[in-house]
Amino acid sequence: MCLGVPAKVVRIEGQEATVAIGTVEYQSSLLLMEEVKVGDYVLLHAGFIIEKIDPVEAEETMRLFDQVSKMDEE
Amino acid sequence: MSPEGLRFMDGYRDAVLIEKLAAQIHSLSRTPIRLMEVCGGHTAAIHKYGLKDFLPVTITLLSGPGCPVCVSSQKFVDQAIFLGGRRRVILATYGDLVRVPGSVSSLEKEKMRGADIRIVYSVLDAVKIAQRHPERQVVFLGIGFETTAPASAAAIVRAEEEKVDNFFLLSAHKIMPPALESLAGGDTRIDGFLAPGHVSAVTGTMIYRNLAHVYHRGVVVSGFEPADILQSVLLLVKQIESGHFQVENEYSRVVKKEGNPRAIAVMNGVFGLVDAEWRGLGTVRESGLAIKPELAHHDANVAFNIRVPDGQLPKGCICGDILTGRKIPSECPLFSVQCTPVNPIGACMVSSEGSCSVFYKYKT
Repeated sequence: MCLGVPAKVVRIEGQEATVAIGTVEYQSSLLLMEEVKVGDYVLLHAGFIIEKIDPVEAEETMRLFDQVSKMDEE
Repeated sequence: MSPEGLRFMDGYRDAVLIEKLAAQIHSLSRTPIRLMEVCGGHTAAIHKYGLKDFLPVTITLLSGPGCPVCVSSQKFVDQAIFLGGRRRVILATYGDLVRVPGSVSSLEKEKMRGADIRIVYSVLDAVKIAQRHPERQVVFLGIGFETTAPASAAAIVRAEEEKVDNFFLLSAHKIMPPALESLAGGDTRIDGFLAPGHVSAVTGTMIYRNLAHVYHRGVVVSGFEPADILQSVLLLVKQIESGHFQVENEYSRVVKKEGNPRAIAVMNGVFGLVDAEWRGLGTVRESGLAIKPELAHHDANVAFNIRVPDGQLPKGCICGDILTGRKIPSECPLFSVQCTPVNPIGACMVSSEGSCSVFYKYKT
């Protein structure tokens, strides 16, 4: 029950957003996270969007991982 | 999904990267250490991807009190069963809870005997049920930490706005920091914590300051993909080997230092802190969330005269010792013999995030 899942916002109507996890769509509430746009990646948790996934930070984490890979090769 | 989307989600499972992170951990880890993951999602990912096989013998991973169903007290389950027996009551709950054995029954058994118990995906569905059935009293069983507590709070706000007077919450919601500090100050050795990523998405990272600066434990807020978890273990090894304890955030793509201010405000608007009972930990001071007096008309504890004796734990079940890192599931005499996911005896075997259920599923 406590598992948060990354999802992509496909539609917004009032305080509800339709999000997609792969090809399956779910209804979610925007009561805990208002500034969400269509196309955003978000974290869905028990029917609520609780946070946005930041693409810049995601890239930064990937960059740190790439460094790990390189350090090993040196 | 777009190629950029694929990298976004799936890059964290890259086999070469996993091997390289593991090699780094092997080369840096000297001292034997015990690390606790404090989210059922982490426990599930560690076993699903077999991550323990990538770690050196110096590192022991323990599962902490991060599974909402597991830490819920026996008395809470008994209270829910008591309410389910009331004629006008509809109980609404997340799915896992119905199978937890109470002292003498379970919600699942009560449902088969005719109790009106409905499994919902979101607490807002429970508010809708209350709106459709004004003649009934709908009680939502609120379990979980700072992830689900704001959702329950939002449901109460909605019930208040839309005057849904027949919606109630039985709150067993809990907050993480007091439980983790209780563990850090307890008799089980824990050198570092993989802090729960989604709790932290709501609360931010500052809630773990005491763990690092008062208790001198390593803390890394971790994501849930295999590379996230190994990277977090690597950061913990570095902290512990250097003796420089701090709160680091590996999951920065989701977790901000300040958390989700709106979710925190909604939660704090509805709940106040009370002492709460945790399976395994006993009563932990100011670790529970109770509905504030001005919203007491939505509080099932106030609206109903709930009378249940102190809960009886299942004989032989060591769920409490497992939740505190003292034992692992395979040390339980009931594990996989009498206690299985199909026929669970203790709470840790019920939820898909419970340690016993995870150990059983992945045969670890």
